[in-house]
Amino acid sequence: MSTAELQETVFFILATVIVVCSILTVTTNRILRSATYLLFVLFATAGIYFQLEYSFLGAVQLTIYAGGIIILYVFSILLTTTDKSKVSKLKNSKVFAGLITALAGAVICVYITLMHSFGPSRFVGGEINQKVIGTALMGTEKYQYLLPFEVISVLLLTCIIGGIMIARKR
Amino acid sequence: MFDFSTITQWVDELLRSFLPHAAATLVEFILIGLCLLVGYAVIALVLIYVERKVCAFFQCRIGPNRVGPYGTIQSVADMIKMLTKEIIDINHIDRFLFNLAPFVVIIASVLAFGCIPFAKGLHVIDFNVGIFFLIAVSSIGIVGILLAGWASNNKYSLIGAMRSGAQMISYELSIGLSILTVVVFTGSMQLSTIVEGQADGWLLFRGHIPACIAFIVYIIAGTAETNRGPFDLPEADSELTAGYHTEYSGMHFGFFYLAEYLNMFVVASVASTLFLGGWMPLHIPGWESFNQIMDYIPSIFWFFGKTAVVIFIIMWFKWTFPRLRIDQLLRLEWRYLLPINLINLFLMVIIVVFKLHF
Repeated sequence: MSTAELQETVFFILATVIVVCSILTVTTNRILRSATYLLFVLFATAGIYFQLEYSFLGAVQLTIYAGGIIILYVFSILLTTTDKSKVSKLKNSKVFAGLITALAGAVICVYITLMHSFGPSRFVGGEINQKVIGTALMGTEKYQYLLPFEVISVLLLTCIIGGIMIARKR
Repeated sequence: MFDFSTITQWVDELLRSFLPHAAATLVEFILIGLCLLVGYAVIALVLIYVERKVCAFFQCRIGPNRVGPYGTIQSVADMIKMLTKEIIDINHIDRFLFNLAPFVVIIASVLAFGCIPFAKGLHVIDFNVGIFFLIAVSSIGIVGILLAGWASNNKYSLIGAMRSGAQMISYELSIGLSILTVVVFTGSMQLSTIVEGQADGWLLFRGHIPACIAFIVYIIAGTAETNRGPFDLPEADSELTAGYHTEYSGMHFGFFYLAEYLNMFVVASVASTLFLGGWMPLHIPGWESFNQIMDYIPSIFWFFGKTAVVIFIIMWFKWTFPRLRIDQLLRLEWRYLLPINLINLFLMVIIVVFKLHF
């Protein structure tokens, strides 16, 4: 077995985990289990980033999604639901609408995947230096992202203030 | 100074001489994993023994003294007891999540353990974003604790898990900001670069005031992050029995116990790597012969010596201070540590920009 095959095996393991856990996320009846399966999906995605030697994105994936968003989900589930509250039966019209949406989504995804010309299957440059990523995020030249970064910060600040306004006791 | 990479390279060449490239890589992965797990278990056993002895001396007792000389084999005996204990089946729980939770906790702590540079050339994961990766993986453990509390189907477990989760999320901010202070100073997140940057003076001395403040904040926040006293209210036995691991028995409980001690070790070793130079010997610029003598002490002793000092300080905390209440604990973080940290970060930036450091 060559190194390329070893890499491919790892990729297929990660891909299987992503597919199986994604399906389980939406089919399970218990809401906390579905959050856990989602956690596995995010882990495996981070694994693919690490396999591509893009460790910055992998670490961000782990902190923001696995360490942040999922914990937020779990916290809100713990604070709001009880174990008895299971999913209620869906109405027929809703099932129909859901099926159409799913079908349309699948068609668009397959169409884009088939029409897009992908680059080389493996990144050859090795790990990107952290300084390069840092200057790209905080620079003002072409292909640098200071403005979006600041706009998103303002958006998050607004969200925080809104959250405090809603939660504040009168 | 002895470089451990000679040994690892020798093993690498030996494996490659009779195995194809991919198979050799695979065997190396498994070997490294085994070494890490063995190191993890041994360090946990030593720490449990040390904790019991230190606690005993602080309370004017003798501590474990029956099994082996000075009770040194006590924790090994305890481990065997723990391994042979029955895992009790509990009714009306979510069995999948209940069994999963200890593994999530232990995987997070093993991953963080793998990032630590133990000695010169003895370093498993050395990413460009090393320290960021370490914080990222250690934050996964919170999910395990929350799942354990929920899946136990027990009020005390749930409240314990909520407290623990709130505490760990809050104190992670302080840990991140104090580490950011160090990153501002060293200009790198790679752990090997951070250690080598401290060749002519440890960061605690070179960065003087802001580095000292960051060190103290890091130690406080690290103690809280590992749920140890005086911040161990998730396990406040008089109010919540045993917090999130009330319902766990046998080796499942053992996993939580192991992870708690190893998280303390990870916190202490990160403190020694970032602020006290990791495996780097004590060097004073200009004193050439002194530096030469210091280099004769192997790097692994420097690392474990510094880590042991930090661990002793953390244990000293636990057996000296009374436990905080939950509102006091959250107030300490959000009202005091966080503003201090932000001002300290600003101070560090000023010092780096105007080159006021040594």
